[in-house]
Amino acid sequence: MPNPAPDPLQTPRLQLRRIRKRYPGCLANDDIDLSIAPGEIHALLGENGAGKSTLMKIIYGVVHADAGELIWQGQRVDMRNPAQARSLGIGMVFQHFSLFETLSVAQNIALAMGAAAGTAKQLEPKIREVSQRYGMALEPERLVHSLSIGERQRVEIIRCLMQDIRLLILDEPTSVLTPQEADDLFVTLRRLAAEGCSILFISHKLGEVRALCHSATVLRDGRVAGHCVPGECSDRQLARLMVGDAAELMTDYPKVTGGADFLQVKGLSWHNPDPFGCSLEHIDLEVRSGEIVGIAGVAGNGQDELLALLSGEQRLSRDDGATICFASEAVAHLRPDARRQRGLAFVPAERLGHGAVPELSLLDNALLTAFQQGLVSNGLVQRGKVQALAAEIIRRFAVKTPDSHALARSLSGGNLQKFILGREILQQPKLLVAAHPTWGVDVGAAATIHRALIALRDAGAAILVISEDLDELFQISDRLAALCGGRLSPLRATLDTRLIDVGGWMAGRFDAPQSPASATL
Amino acid sequence: MLLSLEPRGQQSRLMLWCSPLLAAVLTLGCGSLLFIALGHDPLLTLHTLLIAPVSDWYGVSELLVKALPILLCALGLAVAYQARIWNIGAEGQLLLGALAGSALAVNIIEMQSSWALVLILCSGTLAGAAWAGLTAWLRTRFNANEILTSIMLNYIALNLLLYCVHGPLKDPEGFNFPQSAMFGDASRLPLLTEDGRVHAGLYFALLALVAVWVLLQKSFVGFQIKVLGLDRRAAGFVGFRQKRLIWLALLISGGLAGLAGVCEVSGPIGQLVPQVSPGYGYAAITVAFLGRLNPVGIVFSSLLMALLYIGGESAQMSMNLPQAITQLFQGMMLFFLLASDVLILYRPRLNLRWTRRAATTAVHAGAL
Repeated sequence: MPNPAPDPLQTPRLQLRRIRKRYPGCLANDDIDLSIAPGEIHALLGENGAGKSTLMKIIYGVVHADAGELIWQGQRVDMRNPAQARSLGIGMVFQHFSLFETLSVAQNIALAMGAAAGTAKQLEPKIREVSQRYGMALEPERLVHSLSIGERQRVEIIRCLMQDIRLLILDEPTSVLTPQEADDLFVTLRRLAAEGCSILFISHKLGEVRALCHSATVLRDGRVAGHCVPGECSDRQLARLMVGDAAELMTDYPKVTGGADFLQVKGLSWHNPDPFGCSLEHIDLEVRSGEIVGIAGVAGNGQDELLALLSGEQRLSRDDGATICFASEAVAHLRPDARRQRGLAFVPAERLGHGAVPELSLLDNALLTAFQQGLVSNGLVQRGKVQALAAEIIRRFAVKTPDSHALARSLSGGNLQKFILGREILQQPKLLVAAHPTWGVDVGAAATIHRALIALRDAGAAILVISEDLDELFQISDRLAALCGGRLSPLRATLDTRLIDVGGWMAGRFDAPQSPASATL
Repeated sequence: MLLSLEPRGQQSRLMLWCSPLLAAVLTLGCGSLLFIALGHDPLLTLHTLLIAPVSDWYGVSELLVKALPILLCALGLAVAYQARIWNIGAEGQLLLGALAGSALAVNIIEMQSSWALVLILCSGTLAGAAWAGLTAWLRTRFNANEILTSIMLNYIALNLLLYCVHGPLKDPEGFNFPQSAMFGDASRLPLLTEDGRVHAGLYFALLALVAVWVLLQKSFVGFQIKVLGLDRRAAGFVGFRQKRLIWLALLISGGLAGLAGVCEVSGPIGQLVPQVSPGYGYAAITVAFLGRLNPVGIVFSSLLMALLYIGGESAQMSMNLPQAITQLFQGMMLFFLLASDVLILYRPRLNLRWTRRAATTAVHAGAL
């Protein structure tokens, strides 16, 4: 329910004309035109790599355009740096926050605003006033490390609102929020827009763009693919603007129930030695052969810890070995390679530096996890077999690369992810654990990855997917649960689950009354 | 800034080959300027430094004798450095190898069997490995930084050697000179030729060269070592045994340094003296990096380093060139080689619009 759209005849708050920016090897922005009216919520839609981030950075003065002009309230400006952008009334909330965890909210805001704005103590009343006015509850004295991700985002937004703001840029703000938190954010943004502040909202989630934004500019491959009014377009039309052909991207996969339990996690608790980390409490989870189980949750609620315990990077003592079982065999005390021998394959969240070694070739990266597949004999690497495997992965999963000698870091995120997933799938695992399998991957590659996961499921493997992308989880998983504060909600069949249920689980409300078949923890 | 470096997406094949050439040209050019400024004929000086030492067979054999210990140490260091284990202790491991070999040798001077040599070489190698093992233990048990511990162990090894040479191992008939008795004939490495001092240690060096090449380029252990060095998280994620690899890399590194030490005392020197090593273990660090941690590259760089040692000495003797100047020349060559290597990964870019550049720097400051 967007507010009534502002009058388009006013002088635009911001106008971009023929903005162009070239990086070595790619044209990030090519002749981009954009216009935002006062009080307008404008969406910037596009896939990863479409040029959204570059364009925002140009507006905020972080990056300089090679050509084109930027017109602020009718006047041409040369945006030299973020300080100048801030002085004009442009605020920006980045995807990754820059907050000091050991300082309080007020201290962080005081630091960001500079000495002229006053001390942290002097700012506190103003912070309270702003947070009340826009419905964002926030205590200025609290230390940042005790805040949730959603609350940290509020700190960043309030920091922007403390000064006289005319244009607020938000980079994928909902990617770190539960659905309910996102709704709260939208209320705030609408109120801001009603007061005349323009908002540039970067996202690739079509549903929220339609709910919030008055107008949208869609970028594809660095160019404007179209301008539209999101409320009047269907998801399919928007998706087509974003990626060209959207026919195969909205596939519904049939849901299945699977066979016998393969992965069994029983009463898994783990105390995290890191004081800012998340400890796991009494996790119960089974994944059957031939099904996909999805685990939702906002980052930092125990996903990394659970993944490390499943992969074997974090081992438990032999006595606790039975808390994780593969086909009834205790494995929680085993090393990663021993677990792989028992059928585990694993796709970590970070592609570079965890799932693949950036400075090694695709060949070496194929060997990295597949070395138990007969690629090593008498201690020597069988180059021919590794070569064949790498070529097979590249062919079967359509990895775009000059050849298998290319370094892992030279591949785009989507291509490398296809390679890593292909490497794991070709080992014919009995259990695949995949963390954020399509994070930062373009829609085309994401569809390939989803199809590969479904095919692996139908071949009889147990699959556990941990993701922050609820659309993805609903699309591919057969059963769902959510992590919150190191606790796992009960598993429920996806078909019996509504988005709002998962939203409740992500916020820690596990015993929602509407659940028909859930066993309480 | 007028000149800036941009990272390249891929290693430049062209610069991989051109960078040593570029470095050689720059060194010769700047070296000549230096010699002219000091009033020496540049061509003659360069000839004395770089060509005269290897113009006859004796010179070449001296070069080999000098290059051997450097090569052995550098090969071992390459293994450790591939795993990003910064073993700076090759010098101490070499000294301890020499010390242990000598301690055994002076007690079996009368032994005629060829087992004497085998025993001595083994004891030297094991002692070097054990000395590196101390570093490995401190690192894996207490997570102590191996750079610091291995450097400190160098000084301990040197003082241990000095103590032994002035005390328990001193030749009773040596007029109180700080040196051990000469080893028995069975304990000496045989010479390979009639003239010159090239000894059977050359075979060990070749053997080590092949072994390290196979280990690093062909074997799965070498692959694990490389992954450990490049990306510890990836190594953990696939279950490579980190501690075991650290031990292995340091033991190989120390063993080869120990072998280099024992080859020195049982080869060209024939007894234990305080000056067993003129810093071979330290030179090997530079040599390992100059050879880009590649065994074949290390062969060339160790020969180059040995040439600079010998050329420097002969220029001191024949041209009265002060040692500092030859050291300056050596430093210049190493500097240019390493500096040119930067071009393999980075592309230089001349930036004439420097005002623009200044503005972006301000942005980075502002973004914080």
